[in-house]
Amino acid sequence: MSKTRKPLILQILQNDRGGKITLSLLALLVTFVAISNLFVPVGSPFYMSTYTVTLLGKYLSFALLALALDLVWGYIGILSLGHGAFFALGGYAWAMYLMREIGDRGVYGNAELPDFMVFMNLKELPWFWYGFDNPLFAFLMAMFVPGLLAYIFGWLAFRSRVTGVYLSIITQALTYALMLAFFRNDMGFGGNNGLTDFKDILGFSLKSDATRVGLLIISFIALFLGYLLARYIINSKLGRVCMAIRDEESRVRFIGYRVAQYKLFIFVVSAVMAGVAGALYVPQVGIINPGVFSPLFSIELVIWVAIGGRGSLYGAIIGAFVVNFASTYFTSAFPEIWLYFLGGLFVVVTIFLPKGVVGLFEKLTAKKAS
Amino acid sequence: MRTAIKLLLLTLLFNIFLQAGNFESAIKDLTASSYSKKQKVIEQLSREYSDNKNLSTLLQAMLNGKLYYTKMDKKFVIVRKKEGGKLHTVELFNPESKSVNPKSLYKKVKTNNRLRSIIRTKLAELNLFSPDKKRRLKSVENMLEHLDKESGALINKALKSEKDSKVLAKLNEANLILKAKHGDEKEKLLAVKKMGAYLSPQTLQTLKEIESSTKDAKLKSAAKKSIGSIEDSKWFYSIIEKLFFGLSLGSILLLAAIGLAITFGVMKVINMAHGELMMIGAYTTYTLQQLLPNLMEYSVIIAIPLAFIVSGMVGIIIERLVIRHLYGRPLETLLATFGISLILQQLVRSIYSPLNQEVKTPEWMSGALEINSALSLTYNRLYIVLFAILVFAAVLLLLKKTSLGLKVRAVTQNREMAQAMGIKTGWIDAMTFGIGSGIAGVAGVALSQLTNVGPNLGQAYIVDSFMVVVFGGVGNLWGTLIGALTLGEINKFIEPVSGAVLAKVIILIFIILFIQKRPRGLFPQKGRDAQE
Repeated sequence: MSKTRKPLILQILQNDRGGKITLSLLALLVTFVAISNLFVPVGSPFYMSTYTVTLLGKYLSFALLALALDLVWGYIGILSLGHGAFFALGGYAWAMYLMREIGDRGVYGNAELPDFMVFMNLKELPWFWYGFDNPLFAFLMAMFVPGLLAYIFGWLAFRSRVTGVYLSIITQALTYALMLAFFRNDMGFGGNNGLTDFKDILGFSLKSDATRVGLLIISFIALFLGYLLARYIINSKLGRVCMAIRDEESRVRFIGYRVAQYKLFIFVVSAVMAGVAGALYVPQVGIINPGVFSPLFSIELVIWVAIGGRGSLYGAIIGAFVVNFASTYFTSAFPEIWLYFLGGLFVVVTIFLPKGVVGLFEKLTAKKAS
Repeated sequence: MRTAIKLLLLTLLFNIFLQAGNFESAIKDLTASSYSKKQKVIEQLSREYSDNKNLSTLLQAMLNGKLYYTKMDKKFVIVRKKEGGKLHTVELFNPESKSVNPKSLYKKVKTNNRLRSIIRTKLAELNLFSPDKKRRLKSVENMLEHLDKESGALINKALKSEKDSKVLAKLNEANLILKAKHGDEKEKLLAVKKMGAYLSPQTLQTLKEIESSTKDAKLKSAAKKSIGSIEDSKWFYSIIEKLFFGLSLGSILLLAAIGLAITFGVMKVINMAHGELMMIGAYTTYTLQQLLPNLMEYSVIIAIPLAFIVSGMVGIIIERLVIRHLYGRPLETLLATFGISLILQQLVRSIYSPLNQEVKTPEWMSGALEINSALSLTYNRLYIVLFAILVFAAVLLLLKKTSLGLKVRAVTQNREMAQAMGIKTGWIDAMTFGIGSGIAGVAGVALSQLTNVGPNLGQAYIVDSFMVVVFGGVGNLWGTLIGALTLGEINKFIEPVSGAVLAKVIILIFIILFIQKRPRGLFPQKGRDAQE
């Protein structure tokens, strides 16, 4: 008891060198981009365009999503191929608020109904749009809806011990089914075109640089808090049981733990994190459509985590940044090559880098040490 | 002898030429403005040139007001399309020569009501007694659509000479309708009673008219009864039609899923590139048709073994290069093969194009088998059902009755023991994966006849085929069969109620719930290796 107690943050990040380094570097990057966008004059070599700010913000929301996936895949062994669905649901919930915020500034100037509803000849707001004019309610929904879906789905799946490949395939079916459903116009979520044309958020115009930078900083804070939460869970006794389940599920069950409950808890926490990531993604990108539900996106997300290094948390963040940066670069510079590259990445990483970039680093440093 | 044949041929040719020439000169008078002159020409033509192919084309065009002639040299043309002030035309005697010219260069061969009714009768007569069965059938069907009192005599004449049962049935139907409309009271009642056995919309309409207009109570109740029986059999046939659609969808799912059942069920490899192997099969068909345009009729049949080999080779390469390193890590194979699927898709985009390609359907596969007016089954679906059953049986035989199959099963059940018995497990793995991939290629050939062939062909089927395998039970081919057919039928039966997209969503949700109840599918594997 002689030692002075460290602050909670440092306590959580104890023994997590990689996490500390990754988060500090990110914090530096975000601060640099924010300052050079707002305070450096346009034309200076240090000026960062608003496009860069938005891009970085998008990457941060993807990093939070990857983090959520790493929590379930890396620590309790559930390979979800449907995490894009939770992300998209969070995004849609927040986008509904942004749609209501447009008010009568839409093309049709209807104060009550978003443009696409006027276009579809709806007379009044569908019941499930009620309340979304309130940002607090919308934000809670962005967490609650993915969480609820994860709870119901997980309760059904884990209780009847659907595991491994079967679970992966039915999570994929889940997101596929949702995609098909959201593509329908009469679902009331804008169908094919999704929700877009947002004007402002909480009264701040989405066109202004300051709002963009604000969103960037909020995204970083969300990622930071998400990381702390995930790390806190993993360091706790509960986290250790989770890892035991990942490695030897039957044995943990025979000892007397209720495996399904643990899985359910982690799955729901992860889904809520994914939902928040979606809510951060929408205002920065400015659109959400059913494409986000596509199985392709969810699998791509798995490869972010795999490349960064599954089961290390910060690896997921690194992976999300690396792959998305490569994607942004390749799709504009060599659009033909991008899919070859991404496909090759899947193959190479699974065969040669089972622990991802993080594992590679660890190997190199271990060699140096010896 | 040879010269004699040559001479004969020559005279024959000359004869034909002569006849054509005569025909051409015989119709010259159609350019006259007098209707009675035209009538004479038509009567002469149908007397003397009833076996000339051009006659029915000419009469049909005249009937539809599409027969024109050039003002300059009095050449007869048929108008295909009118656009602005221009006419798109085809020469009557030379269907190859098409042209587009201003309207003012042409003059129409005009007809009046009397002339049209004569033409209609002549046309019907021409077709009704032609030696070609199909033409006779078509002609009766046409008559059914515009039935009038005058056709009665013609129908009675045809009824006496007709031998073909299908044409005969149609003739009878037409005869009954006429009797029900214009016969005396006794005839009417008898006809209405008999009409319940026929299904065409004209019969139904006639019956409905009679039911609502007649005052005769007996006739009314007879009509009602016949309507009821027609509607009953229509409902019955619509159920059969739905069953058939479900069966054909199930067969497609089965074709797509058999390959997966082998790679996933037997080898425990999640092959996300399975859809792309199907795509390769479809593109093989396309390439074959491009390379050998003369063999269009046989292209699909040649494509089947070819696609099996091409996709199978690609599968073996994938297995040797990638999957070999990942046995026992199913989730990793999922990711790696997904990467491969992206590469294959992009490859197809680079080689062909991102657009969909058109794969032609051979003559013998198009059209429909018409069982009656309420039920017709398209040939391509019919063939696919047969083909799926054939492939299924072949795979079953391969796995159960051949020595390769025996080895495959041995390796699946206990790899080490099989190796100890001298089986080259590596080679068996490659062969198994190759066979699974080859079957995917064959499924692709079938799919090329049904949907668009494009780089996204595989993706559309991958989720569905996994659902089939999981639903049926992994490692059990019979489970795959029943799973595929069940899902196909369910889909087609809820589709009319809910719409196509929602039907799919409902099925996915159904499977997700079903997996909760039976996590190992309909027919779970039993025994020690089921716990893997």
